Amino acid sequence: MSDLTTTAPRRKDTPLRRLARQFLEDRIAVAALAVFLAVALFTLLGPFIVPQNPYDLAQLDFMDGGLPPGSQSFSGMTYWLGTDTQGRDMLSAIAYGLRISLAVSFTSLILALIIGVAAGLAAAYFGGRIDTLIMRVVDIQLSFPSILIALILLALFGRGIDKVILAIVIVQWADFARTVRSSAIVERRKEYIEAAHCLGLSRQRTMFRHLLPNSLPPLIVLATVKIASAISLEATLSFLGAGVPITQPSLGLLIANGYDFLLSGRYWIAIFPGVALLITIVAINLVGDRLRDVLNPRLQK
Amino acid sequence: MLVYLIRRLGQSLLVVVVMATLVFLGVYAIGNPVDILVAPDAGAAEIARVTERLGLDKPMWQQFLTFAGNALQGDLGDSFVYGRPALEIILERMPATLELTFVALVLSTGLGVSLGLVAGLWPESVAGRTIMAGSILGFSLPSFWQGMLLIMVFSVMLGWLPAGGRGDTVEIFGGLRVSFLTWDGLVHMILPAINLTIFKMSLVIRLARATTREVVPQDYVKFARAKGVSRLRITFVHVLKNMMIPVVTIVGLELGSMIAFAVVTETVFSWPGMGKLLIDSINLLDRPLIVAYLMMTVLIIVTINLVVDVIYTLLDPRVRLAGTSA
Repeated sequence: MSDLTTTAPRRKDTPLRRLARQFLEDRIAVAALAVFLAVALFTLLGPFIVPQNPYDLAQLDFMDGGLPPGSQSFSGMTYWLGTDTQGRDMLSAIAYGLRISLAVSFTSLILALIIGVAAGLAAAYFGGRIDTLIMRVVDIQLSFPSILIALILLALFGRGIDKVILAIVIVQWADFARTVRSSAIVERRKEYIEAAHCLGLSRQRTMFRHLLPNSLPPLIVLATVKIASAISLEATLSFLGAGVPITQPSLGLLIANGYDFLLSGRYWIAIFPGVALLITIVAINLVGDRLRDVLNPRLQK
Repeated sequence: MLVYLIRRLGQSLLVVVVMATLVFLGVYAIGNPVDILVAPDAGAAEIARVTERLGLDKPMWQQFLTFAGNALQGDLGDSFVYGRPALEIILERMPATLELTFVALVLSTGLGVSLGLVAGLWPESVAGRTIMAGSILGFSLPSFWQGMLLIMVFSVMLGWLPAGGRGDTVEIFGGLRVSFLTWDGLVHMILPAINLTIFKMSLVIRLARATTREVVPQDYVKFARAKGVSRLRITFVHVLKNMMIPVVTIVGLELGSMIAFAVVTETVFSWPGMGKLLIDSINLLDRPLIVAYLMMTVLIIVTINLVVDVIYTLLDPRVRLAGTSA
């Protein structure tokens, strides 16, 4: 194959390098990755480059309320994406909202990943009753739609960023646990685990240094898909009024606020935050789609 | 088979009981509905009167026993807001939700399977690639925002379709109100139905494409081709039939999730179903209604899962044999 000729023979061909090379072969996936990195950069630097802090009331001019995209403020500033009814620059509001959306979804994803991986590995490694107990809980939970479970939890806890994170973690850990378990069970029967046992390595070492790395590929794909769905879930919950509080508006809440003005034709208040949300989610999903192809051993040449 | 059925039924019952307990504990242990139901300037006597009327002064375990006993008789308490049995209100709103869900289910399965089949048979073609790109867009679009786009384009800009409500309904089978039989109702249903369809359709497309690609290289398809069976017959008899087994299973299981997702669609389009009722009840802390909705949905989902499982076992000989030998 062409791979053999293009790879420098002396450089070590690690799995990670092979993965990166295959990933880069697809132009759409590369573009999606670039878009996602741009969004991430905008999220990090947003507050320093956007024209105003939308939650500092001193910077808002009520006279500038409800202006369409591209209008000029009294002081000569251009509102590229228009303003909401309180004179808030939508571009600035989106930059701040994106921070909250991404912070919530990444935090909950990492927590869900840690809990799910620990539970799944434990189930696969110990087997028996522990396995049955963990997987029964996972099964019951996965038989209910995520939006329903999240709504119940938030109806009970009330609104708040910490509560949204908790709800997403509770919704998502089960998927990770099931995926890790199923790939770990296959790996566990392989000889290198037996060899690790024979060498007298500790349980923790065998689990985390040998079993876990070899069970990773499906987990990576799942994690990308789950970031996208966490962002979407957070936005949906906030839109329904069960998510983040009004003082810390995420993109979902910005859209909810704009919903009231949609019918009167001031579309930009709801549409632009939605576009930001869509770009982020599509980019992540496209990357995840490519990773699935690259990491799927059945589609390997 | 009978043993399997009984065991499966037992599991479902257990799930219902566990969920009921969790829901009760959660809903009744947190927050105080009295604060919301009495006027802010009400005196202590008024508060005590309301608390007693709602039975909130009794210890938690006693409330739970009362709740469980009543629930078994189909009594989930009176709504704090409406002052009528919560179950009755839920049942009144349920046809609207089920009607919408059913239409969306039919649409997403029909369109999803046909588009997925095309994408699976010709994966490298322009049509195949467009369908797959569209499906990524379809499940990336947050459903509430997609609904708002629909309203903006078709109601605000073009003015073709109504932005919300259910329109005229007619009664069939003595009391069941449906809107798909009147022109006005049908017009009101188009946008919400599309909204609920798009997300699930995208998932069905991806599943149908994946299974088609697995079925096509199978020996029986090659054999049919070698035998000189027409392309059309191979597609519709050999490929479609075998591809439908996993698709039907997943679609069946997704029905529950569509009922839950109707919450979002109903909120965006002010569709008077039980999902919108849930959101209103959460905002008003109307506990009996929240509990009634949750119990009803849990019951529906558990039943669907049970039925799909049993049908799947009956249909697929491989699963059936594995079940009896275990």
